[in-house]
Amino acid sequence: MTPAAAAASPSPAGPAHVQVRGLTAGYGALAVQRDVDFSVRRGEVFVVMGDSGCGKSTLLRHMVGLDPPLAGDVCYCGEPYWAADDEARERLRRRFGVLFQGSALWSSMTLEENVALPALELLALPAEEARAVARLKLALVGLAGFEDHHPSEVSGGMRKRAGLARAMALDPEILYLDEPSAGLDPLSSRRLDDLVLELRESLGATIVLVTHELPSIFELGDHAVFLDAEKRTMTAQGTPRELQQSEDPKLRAFLSRGRL
Amino acid sequence: MSPSASSEARVSLAREPDGTLEVRLSGRWALDAGVPSGGPLAEALASAPAPLRLSLLADELEEWDSTLVAFAHAAKTLAQERGVPVDASTLPPGARRLLALAAAVPPRVEPLPPEDDALTARVGRIALHAWDTAADGVAFVGETALALAAMARGKARFRRVDLLHAFETTGVGALGIVALVNFLIGAVLAFVGAVQLQPFGAAIYVANLVAIAVARELGPLMTGIVMAGRSGAAFAAALGTMTINEEVDALRTTGLRPGEFLVLPRVLATALMLPALVAYADLLGLMGGMFAGVTLLKLGPLEYARQTQQALELRHVWIGLGKSVAFGAIVALTGCYYGIRCGRSAVAVGAAATKAVVTGIVLVVVADAAATLLLYVVRL
Repeated sequence: MTPAAAAASPSPAGPAHVQVRGLTAGYGALAVQRDVDFSVRRGEVFVVMGDSGCGKSTLLRHMVGLDPPLAGDVCYCGEPYWAADDEARERLRRRFGVLFQGSALWSSMTLEENVALPALELLALPAEEARAVARLKLALVGLAGFEDHHPSEVSGGMRKRAGLARAMALDPEILYLDEPSAGLDPLSSRRLDDLVLELRESLGATIVLVTHELPSIFELGDHAVFLDAEKRTMTAQGTPRELQQSEDPKLRAFLSRGRL
Repeated sequence: MSPSASSEARVSLAREPDGTLEVRLSGRWALDAGVPSGGPLAEALASAPAPLRLSLLADELEEWDSTLVAFAHAAKTLAQERGVPVDASTLPPGARRLLALAAAVPPRVEPLPPEDDALTARVGRIALHAWDTAADGVAFVGETALALAAMARGKARFRRVDLLHAFETTGVGALGIVALVNFLIGAVLAFVGAVQLQPFGAAIYVANLVAIAVARELGPLMTGIVMAGRSGAAFAAALGTMTINEEVDALRTTGLRPGEFLVLPRVLATALMLPALVAYADLLGLMGGMFAGVTLLKLGPLEYARQTQQALELRHVWIGLGKSVAFGAIVALTGCYYGIRCGRSAVAVGAAATKAVVTGIVLVVVADAAATLLLYVVRL
């Protein structure tokens, strides 16, 4: 596929797991991105990239149901989220888990309570079972033995991993990761990338990764879109390697850290 | 050149016959030596005939730091605004690089239009903001009412331990300060009343005054105000910090409603705990009155107690306790509202706590006045 064809946004074979349709991202009267259209296939790692301030995080807030978009919609397996009623939204929300940029662990609870809470409250699992599931999830991200620690008592990398464990608490089909390696040292960030790949392989989840970290983009990404901060729209999509060959000087500069 | 003369930055202007304005920067340019005024240069640039070129000369420069670059940058900006070309080639290479760096700031994409500063526009903005806040506040109260209804159906999702924790902090934690404040209020009231009543030989009626005022008005009011300062601020700060850390967003994406999970336990605990605190406050208020009556007015303790018993009809106590439920709900709702709607900075948490306390106290006093008026109209 040529970069030009990639930019023309062909709908790939197979059903779209997540589809963003004609979406205008923004808040109040301020639109930060217009006409964003892309599809995420089941089981792939999809990267949303762009420079700081381009509206990546705002787009993510629309995708995970936090703020309504100014226009357009986000569809899960063809079912529009924002056009749905509250009950349907709640059902759709079960399908995805979110790792926030700052981990966003509930600071008054231990790591185990953090991971167990969704199962306890939403699935009404008995406390003992919910705790067993939480311990398993924490072990999967390498945090066995830290169940009783509070978020403030562990390192930034561990908080990220605990956040990942919480995002996976209800075995979601889709994992949203917002800047997972932001603020981590190169080794921790590498370990987190490996963990994400490992979880993708073993759980078969679709992963939507919002990042501007080049190593993560090339190591993890199956497909990617690039959001341009100045043009305020999506300017390219394709595999990271295809995008590297793009004609768009801005995108090429972005993917090569400005070294053309 | 004497050392003192060389130790300050100097700017000299000269106009050459070919229309060049020469600006000679000499001496020692340092942050601790002060910066020469750019006024004469601005005047020279503005005076007719307009210079054709601006030349910055630094051949007599002794020492320089960012003050020189700041001056040169300002001069360059000023000249460029007037369309006068600038030659800075004799500046030290480091200064030239910094000057280029300062000029390389990319222009803002679509700058926001400046706010209209006219009085009418400002009044309008304030009015619109007040209206938005009021509408938002009503929506918030409605959300909490729905959460309460969900709880009545057994469908609200919150942790029982959070509710118990809120009971403990709003109730047990406040015993000391509620006791102190109400005891003193009772004592002061008795003393003030006695000064008025004693000349008529009616000092014993101090007991009536204290009993009714404390049970009906002051007990609930003072406790409500103490709770606004204590729990209202605590709720606003705690929920505000959670909002900043994206913890509230994390609840939402998990499928838990902040209204149920965070607000409901706090409102419920405060509204249920306040009557208990007020009953305790009433008792302490009466004791304060009795203390003043016995020690200062030399009334007999038994006599005082009997008089209190006669004066204090049970309806006064019930009215006070009923009001305190409303005060508790008001204080907790205000605290939670400002916490959840907190901005995204550390300063915003402080602002949220301040607003929660101020608004909480105002609303409690207004609600008390409204209740007093209403009860007077229905003659209770």
